[in-house]
Amino acid sequence: MDHIIVNESRRRFLQGAGGLALGIYLGDAFADSAPAVGGEAAAAAFEPNAFLRIGADNSVTVIAKHLEMGQGTYTGLATLVADELDADWSQVKVEAAPADVTRYKNLFMGIQGTGGSTAMANSHEQMRMAGAAARAMLVAAAAQEWKVPADGIVVSKGVLHHASSGRKASFGQLAGSAARQPVPQDVKLKDPQHFTLIGKPAVPRKDSVAKTDGSAVFTQDVRLPGMLVAVVLHPQRFGALPKSVDASKAKAVADVVEVVQFAGNGHYFSGVAVLAKNTWAARNGRDALAVEWDESKAFKLGSAEIMAQYREAAKQPGLIARKDGDVEAALAKPARLIEAEYELPYLAHAAMEPLNCVVELGDGSCRLWNGEQIHTADQGAVAALLGITPDKVSITQVYAGGSFGRRANPHADYVLEAVSIAKAARDKGIKAPVKMVWLREEDTRAGYYRPAFFHRARLALDDHGALVAWHHRIVGQSIAKGTPFEQFMMKDGIDDASVEGLNDMKYAVPNLQVELSTPDNVAVPVQWWRSVGNTHTAFVKETLVDEAAVTAGKDPLAYRRALLAGAPRELGVLELAAAKAGWGKPLKPGQAGEKRGRGIAVHSSFHSYVAQVAEVTVKADGSFKVDRVVCAVDCGLPINPDVIVAQMQGGIGYGLSAALHGAITLEGGVVQQSNFHDYVPLRIEEMPAVEVHIVPSAEKPTGVGEPGTPLIAPALVNAIAAATGKRIRTLPIGGQLGA
Amino acid sequence: MIQLDINGKSVSYDGDPGMPLLWFLRDVAGLTGTKYGCGMALCGACTVHLDGAPIRSCVTPVAAAAGKKVTTIEGVHADKVGHAVQAAWQKLDVVQCGYCQSGQIMSAAALLRSNRKPSDTDIDAAMSGNVCRCATYVRIRAAIHQAAATLATA
Ligand code: FES
Ligand code: FES
Repeated sequence: MDHIIVNESRRRFLQGAGGLALGIYLGDAFADSAPAVGGEAAAAAFEPNAFLRIGADNSVTVIAKHLEMGQGTYTGLATLVADELDADWSQVKVEAAPADVTRYKNLFMGIQGTGGSTAMANSHEQMRMAGAAARAMLVAAAAQEWKVPADGIVVSKGVLHHASSGRKASFGQLAGSAARQPVPQDVKLKDPQHFTLIGKPAVPRKDSVAKTDGSAVFTQDVRLPGMLVAVVLHPQRFGALPKSVDASKAKAVADVVEVVQFAGNGHYFSGVAVLAKNTWAARNGRDALAVEWDESKAFKLGSAEIMAQYREAAKQPGLIARKDGDVEAALAKPARLIEAEYELPYLAHAAMEPLNCVVELGDGSCRLWNGEQIHTADQGAVAALLGITPDKVSITQVYAGGSFGRRANPHADYVLEAVSIAKAARDKGIKAPVKMVWLREEDTRAGYYRPAFFHRARLALDDHGALVAWHHRIVGQSIAKGTPFEQFMMKDGIDDASVEGLNDMKYAVPNLQVELSTPDNVAVPVQWWRSVGNTHTAFVKETLVDEAAVTAGKDPLAYRRALLAGAPRELGVLELAAAKAGWGKPLKPGQAGEKRGRGIAVHSSFHSYVAQVAEVTVKADGSFKVDRVVCAVDCGLPINPDVIVAQMQGGIGYGLSAALHGAITLEGGVVQQSNFHDYVPLRIEEMPAVEVHIVPSAEKPTGVGEPGTPLIAPALVNAIAAATGKRIRTLPIGGQLGA
Repeated sequence: MIQLDINGKSVSYDGDPGMPLLWFLRDVAGLTGTKYGCGMALCGACTVHLDGAPIRSCVTPVAAAAGKKVTTIEGVHADKVGHAVQAAWQKLDVVQCGYCQSGQIMSAAALLRSNRKPSDTDIDAAMSGNVCRCATYVRIRAAIHQAAATLATA
């Protein structure tokens, strides 16, 4: 994959914009570097900017600055470029960008990274401009060659055409001369009515073929000459350190090459790694290790003790995250009072691809192959560990087999661990590249969970059933505290990720107070998990409002409608989901002994708006099945409707998995789950039928990777309450209905 | 020395006969399309065909495949059922992260070989061992019906 940039001025332009990475880029001749999706990358004849290359062979290669972890970014970014370019979708390929913050930063974050459902939101204009600028240069080249006015040239499906002269040329034919045109300072973007790809249903994903024929390369699949596989043993308890390691039996396993220890720095873990010529030998070596751990600084509380502590903490005032009116006065004499407590567990991300990272150390340099979610932060962390500058840390982006937030670790935990192992091996004279893999058990036990939370709420209704006061306390660990993200995410001691979704709720409640307590003695490693704070706040908010409606004797839809009078986009999705679900029409009754119910929830997160209606059937023995979910989403201008539908389907499934089964529990500091038999994932027979309706919109596009996730738990729990009268306040639902 | 037939090619191996077929395929034979998800026959990511029957390669020693025909995702297109399944997956854009999908496709192809017109219940039963954390299940069901329809008219 050598990229030869033939145009000197363009080359200088690129060097100016991001000189350093250009070296990597041009010299990128590694067999295992990420291949272009949809075909081999061709020599570039025309490279108008950092996001686009057009080859003499007519290929259009879009350079994706964001990680593809399933959410459809490659397709989305390519759609934006290709539409403005008027390319034919079949000629468009996607290639991952290198790590280079100067050219590839997330415009919302200021660093190169993917998260917060921002991929489309931060870059839609940037990508469209990239395509439009290239198109203008192709048109200018044609005008010059054909000696015709530019405005008589039409571009369609990768072909430029001048009607009156009958001249025609493909992108590839014009690429060379387009490269000699000046880069336009100002380009005009298309009027949306002329979109050919944006918002259109039949735009196939760019990663479908490689992901159905076994050719897609994930970190787990990277194979380099001489590479060793490192299988890791972590301590049972967070914060323990290896005291003594007997590696003699491990080293006796055939194909085991070396055993190394790595020290934690307080944020990533200490442990022992067995390096071998293949994964099986490394695993057998790992199992043959005899390690004694120093647990003097280890965390030793269990989930029950943590929750008991949180329950006590919720009796005391916390830091104020929102204060409207006077809740205490309003709560003094309520016509009706609702008091409720909620317990929400730690959750593992449990992506299908367990964590892993490939490292090759050089003299004063480091190269990573990784499904990379925060390039800039990981580069910085690795550089600090190795005592080199971040520009000496290069990253080859590959597909991630899911992440759900896990690969964007604010401490760079697993990346640092992989580099530490490679460094320890190098200190022992091993120069081979190292692929660190966590087996499923490590992935489940080694932490970085959605924090456990306790909520206590008191709601006051007046004589008419109107919600007049809401006092809410949240207790749980902060994700941002002590990380480089603290300065952006925390204000006055409040981590926004602990309260978002509640402190910014759109329900018009005249007296509203949200408080937060953050424990400082709980050392379970925590991290964002698909939709972050909304995973718990949407659940509590939406089940509480439902309970208020039922207590007031009102219809839950009508009750929400009244509270959302000032929130048109929430109202829009709410009405759409309700209408499509047939809200208000009786559900078809179940069989004898079965109870059926319908529940609704509405929530906005990451500037997208979602409402869901769930239908459930509860059997006499307490077992139940979600039959159908109707989902409405408003994410601004829909770029790829089919990807939006997929993200709602997937988000619902991911949220449902957690609602039904998800819990990481600790006993004496030891995580009790290890694999899919005890950290139970949603399986196909539990997946409901899902109908997705997209609100047509010309607003700026916003994200869809996360906002579909947080609503299914409340919609389902509200449906269960409608069917049975039972309110579930502790997740997962598990066997709480008796089954 | 173990003799194997992988996607129609014969391969010999004289390493640890107890190595799971999964790691042999991935680390020794270089066929990385077959994925590791759990190592305990709990997720289906490692599904391949052994003489046409779906097996979990993470718990199948390579020795158990001696003299048998192993088909992996890289070779499934050679058979018309496998090809129809892949085509349906692409037509409906089933994949998200894609990591589970080799296993899903192998299980779906095995189902359709024994049942040309599976109901949703048949699909749920046959595919229950294949976890998809991206929850592409709605489309997996639809794509299996689509592949069944293609095969019915072929
Ligand atoms: S890896 Fe074999 S079933 Fe999960
Ligand atoms: S597509 Fe991601 S796990 Fe199935």
